[in-house]
Amino acid sequence: MLMQDSNSFNTVTPQVARFDTPLHLKSGAVLDNYELVYETYGELNAARSNAVLVCHALSGNHHLAGFYDDNPKSAGWWNNMIGPGKSIDTQKFLVIGVNNLGGCHGSTGPASINAKTGKCYGPNFPVVTVEDWVQTQVRLADHLGIDQFAAVAGGSLGGMQALQWTLDFPDRVRHALVIAAAAKLTAQNIAFNDVARQAIITDPDFHGGDYYSHGVIPRRGLRLARMLGHITYLSDDSMAAKFGRELRNGALAFGYDVEFEIESYLRYQGDKFASQFDANTYLLMTKALDYFDPAFPHNNDLSAAFRFAEANFLVLSFTTDWRFSPERSRAIVRALLDNELDVSYAEITSSHGHDSFLMEDRHYHRLVRAYMDNIVV
Amino acid sequence: MTKPLGMNSSFNVARPDFALIAAWVKPGSKVLDLGCGDGSLIRFLRDSRGARGYGVEIDDANVLACFNNGVNVIQSDLESGLQSFESGSFDYVVLSQTLQAVKNTENIIKEMLRVSKEGIVSFPNFGYWKNRLQVLSGHMPVSEALPYQWFDTPNIHNCTLGDFEEFCGQHGAHILERRVMSGNHQIRFMPNLLGMLAFYRFEQQK
Repeated sequence: MLMQDSNSFNTVTPQVARFDTPLHLKSGAVLDNYELVYETYGELNAARSNAVLVCHALSGNHHLAGFYDDNPKSAGWWNNMIGPGKSIDTQKFLVIGVNNLGGCHGSTGPASINAKTGKCYGPNFPVVTVEDWVQTQVRLADHLGIDQFAAVAGGSLGGMQALQWTLDFPDRVRHALVIAAAAKLTAQNIAFNDVARQAIITDPDFHGGDYYSHGVIPRRGLRLARMLGHITYLSDDSMAAKFGRELRNGALAFGYDVEFEIESYLRYQGDKFASQFDANTYLLMTKALDYFDPAFPHNNDLSAAFRFAEANFLVLSFTTDWRFSPERSRAIVRALLDNELDVSYAEITSSHGHDSFLMEDRHYHRLVRAYMDNIVV
Repeated sequence: MTKPLGMNSSFNVARPDFALIAAWVKPGSKVLDLGCGDGSLIRFLRDSRGARGYGVEIDDANVLACFNNGVNVIQSDLESGLQSFESGSFDYVVLSQTLQAVKNTENIIKEMLRVSKEGIVSFPNFGYWKNRLQVLSGHMPVSEALPYQWFDTPNIHNCTLGDFEEFCGQHGAHILERRVMSGNHQIRFMPNLLGMLAFYRFEQQK
């Protein structure tokens, strides 16, 4: 047996739920059927009151915690937060991770076969929104016999889903943990997303999104998209501290190959991502981010958007996160206060930028633990 | 804003200052506690008056303590104002033994009057006779209510009852009620000399 931290599951197994009731999407499109892949950790209690849904961000998936087949490289993306005895304690809660519709880790998405055509959906997979995801997550909850979540939690795009839950299904979520999120993207944020999309779409191997039938992937575009994204998830300080102006070979080479360590790191991250992630899913996830704006149907009044919310909220932000800055979280807090909802807000000092929400940090993890400990199940 | 007086005792210990503030808070009110420490006052008001309360704290350890105590807390710096809070959105804003440690005193009183119908302030009376005696003997006062040495005190804006009342008059704050305490005893005779802690309830001058 491998030596892993004793507070993790050594083996978890993904499960699949199939849904045959047509799903009407915000765009007007209809999906006749689809599958969602999910994982659970811990046990549902007799009252069915201890379920926690964790929503993933842009490049995340359903594999939150634990390992596959004792493989130490297969840790879930929030393994430092979720597990037996951890901040989100699976001895108290049943924690559920689900790969979002349109994803590329097992749930129905652009790379799946469309039963009507016998071919990959490709560019014909409909654009999905945060609201659509919440609809599918509700169906998964029904499938699992969970009427009400003790909490819905997520960071970044995952935090947006937690917010949307409290708006669309106020009686089905008691607490929302909204971490490093925003109630809408800024123009700057949408701009970054569009550059990423343009990198993918203009790659000659993109083939209008139908690259599957050509036997290629738009690797260069996806790699660039990830490199750009990665820069925005870090802070200037953390990049300076980690890479500075270090040269790979100690001297300038007066060429365009990798010279600075930061170039090497970004290219490695881009290559790794491009070989693991589907380009159409990347496009779709960034659109879901751009479209999220619950205040828009309420004359841009975020307080009005939360009028029917009933959940208690934990809102967390990180000092060096400039992609989803503390100011964005404070706007959420203001709207919750306007509606006299229970809310706690902490601004966590961290040097890791937007990525802080994924990092191990003693104070951050203690705050989440304290909040989760007070949830009655 | 950290609690400057180190008075965050456990919930079991009687807090006469909490009881006094609670007596001023109408049941079911919405209360904001500025510099709320570990959230014990909010919790006391919630349990004793059914108040819906929020605390404001800057210190990480105190924010965590509020989480542990199950108290709503918003981590924020009082010195930068109360932008998170709508005008007139609270019944009471409390500044409990924190006034003397605030840098921008004028702004905080102005902000309290903006976001709330009424303000409640408590502070150690610098005019207390024991403080005067120590100054007369040539030393800065160190006492139960002012437990710091001159070089490590967070209390940068100490004042007397007289000073505070004059300040209110000059800044549009109409005093509705005053209580002066020494330990568990209410002081009615010569409060500016015999009172250790002062409590005021005030509203915007109409």
